[in-house]
Amino acid sequence: MQSIRTFFYCLKQGIRSIFHNGMFSLASIGTITASLFILGLFFFVTLNVRHVMEGAEQNVGVTVLFEEDCPQEKIEAIGAAIEKRAEVADVVFISAEQAWETYKAEHLNEELAATFGDDNPLEDSASFKVYLNDASMQDVLVRYIETLDGVRKVNAMDGVAESFEGMSRMITVVSVAIILVLVAVAVFLIRMTVSIGISVRKEEISIMNLIGATDFFVRFPFVVEGIILGICGAAVPLGILYLIYGKVISYLSGEFGSVFRKLTFLNETQVFSILIPLLLGIGILIGWFGSATTARRQLRKISLRE
Amino acid sequence: MAGAYDLQKDLRNIQAPVIRFEQVTKEYQKGVHAINDITFSINKGEFVFIVGSSGSGKSTLIRLMLREILPTKGKVFVAGRELSRLRRHQISKYRRSIGVVFQDFRLLKDRNAYENVAFAQRVVETPPGDIKRNVPRMLSLVGLSEKYKAFPSELSGGEQQRVALARALINNPMILLADEPTGNLDPKNSQEIMHLLEEINRRGTTVVVVTHNHEIVDMMQKRVITLRNGRIISDEEKGGYVYAKY
Repeated sequence: MQSIRTFFYCLKQGIRSIFHNGMFSLASIGTITASLFILGLFFFVTLNVRHVMEGAEQNVGVTVLFEEDCPQEKIEAIGAAIEKRAEVADVVFISAEQAWETYKAEHLNEELAATFGDDNPLEDSASFKVYLNDASMQDVLVRYIETLDGVRKVNAMDGVAESFEGMSRMITVVSVAIILVLVAVAVFLIRMTVSIGISVRKEEISIMNLIGATDFFVRFPFVVEGIILGICGAAVPLGILYLIYGKVISYLSGEFGSVFRKLTFLNETQVFSILIPLLLGIGILIGWFGSATTARRQLRKISLRE
Repeated sequence: MAGAYDLQKDLRNIQAPVIRFEQVTKEYQKGVHAINDITFSINKGEFVFIVGSSGSGKSTLIRLMLREILPTKGKVFVAGRELSRLRRHQISKYRRSIGVVFQDFRLLKDRNAYENVAFAQRVVETPPGDIKRNVPRMLSLVGLSEKYKAFPSELSGGEQQRVALARALINNPMILLADEPTGNLDPKNSQEIMHLLEEINRRGTTVVVVTHNHEIVDMMQKRVITLRNGRIISDEEKGGYVYAKY
């Protein structure tokens, strides 16, 4: 009961102090907002790049074409040899007829397709589509398949995984650098806000020390102040990001529908179920760290204890 | 609980001196002694004046008793506990058993008399119901029942010191330390404050008053410890300023 009362007393004092130091509080919230907003954007991009990469990894397959007039037994032996590999998730045989039907459906209109009649220009294009469970093993697999007897050609999409990873790494490095700078500024501003709060209440604090207030009782309102600033600094960008995320995704899907035809983005629920606790956690951490360390140092000075 | 500090309990049970300085020296700067090799004791229920000119070391004694500072040499005991051995978390509990008033009152200017006194109880986490009962009783004891809504700026020096006294006493301290309590008061108010301190002492609180107000010291005829240049030059059982030859 006593600790609940003390908690609410400290909460009240912390809120009072936020309004008392209005401009510094606003600056602190603004800086945390800016850093967490960038963090949120970085998070959107990274998460979606990863999502797309996973999709790409699953969909990007290696195509194995056979030598002309390769007998069916040899084709089956090639398939069996490939299936045994650990990095192989699935091997699908695509006959020449299936290849032609797929090509017609994807690239030709009905009129043009009809001009071919019963001809199959892809007569020698029966193949295995090999799907990997680990895209990074693609080169190893390709080298292996090329050694198999009866294999004419192996088609692989070079560098897909690498380019996605490279892009993701670059975004990460740039974003982390910006976020670190902004977090440092946010911590500095919180420290300034708390320092001002302490200097304004210096007399009160020295009286509290003399009449037997515990360290917790003196310090906690400032920590509460910092944490509230952190929460506000996280809530504002979360609100903004929530408003823009759906719009950006539907804009990208609509405007660049043809480009992104095969790509899908994460929906709001998938993204925000991680982003909300992440940003709130970081906001609270920034607020707590900035205020607790400052309050500790400043209050020690006031207490005059040796 | 092992190591828990309960001064109130220690004070109730103590037979030995309630405050004891043993060969205490305090240097703020190397070679400059604020107090030098001081030894004295104060018994439970005593009323003691500590007198001397400015720079004689009076306030240093108060700060040592409050455990605001530590001695450079020697030991300070309160209720049998050596203060330098108190752990950080024990200091706040220790101070709850000591009331303190200052020459400049140290009241919170943005709070009225009632709130200033209640603040001392809130700080030590007293339940609100108890605060509502205790504060009017204490304001009545110091004669300020009618002015509980007044802010410090609306009170005279004497009245502000009464509020400070009420704040110092609200948590029922066993020791009251008063650092120049009449320093900013006229003779009439000074006398009234002293009578209040005497009344508080009669109720069992050990009172230590640091002052250079010789009229008050002469009037009260209490024990007087006189300091000069950081040393005790006299300790009179029922002394006065004149007897201290200061």
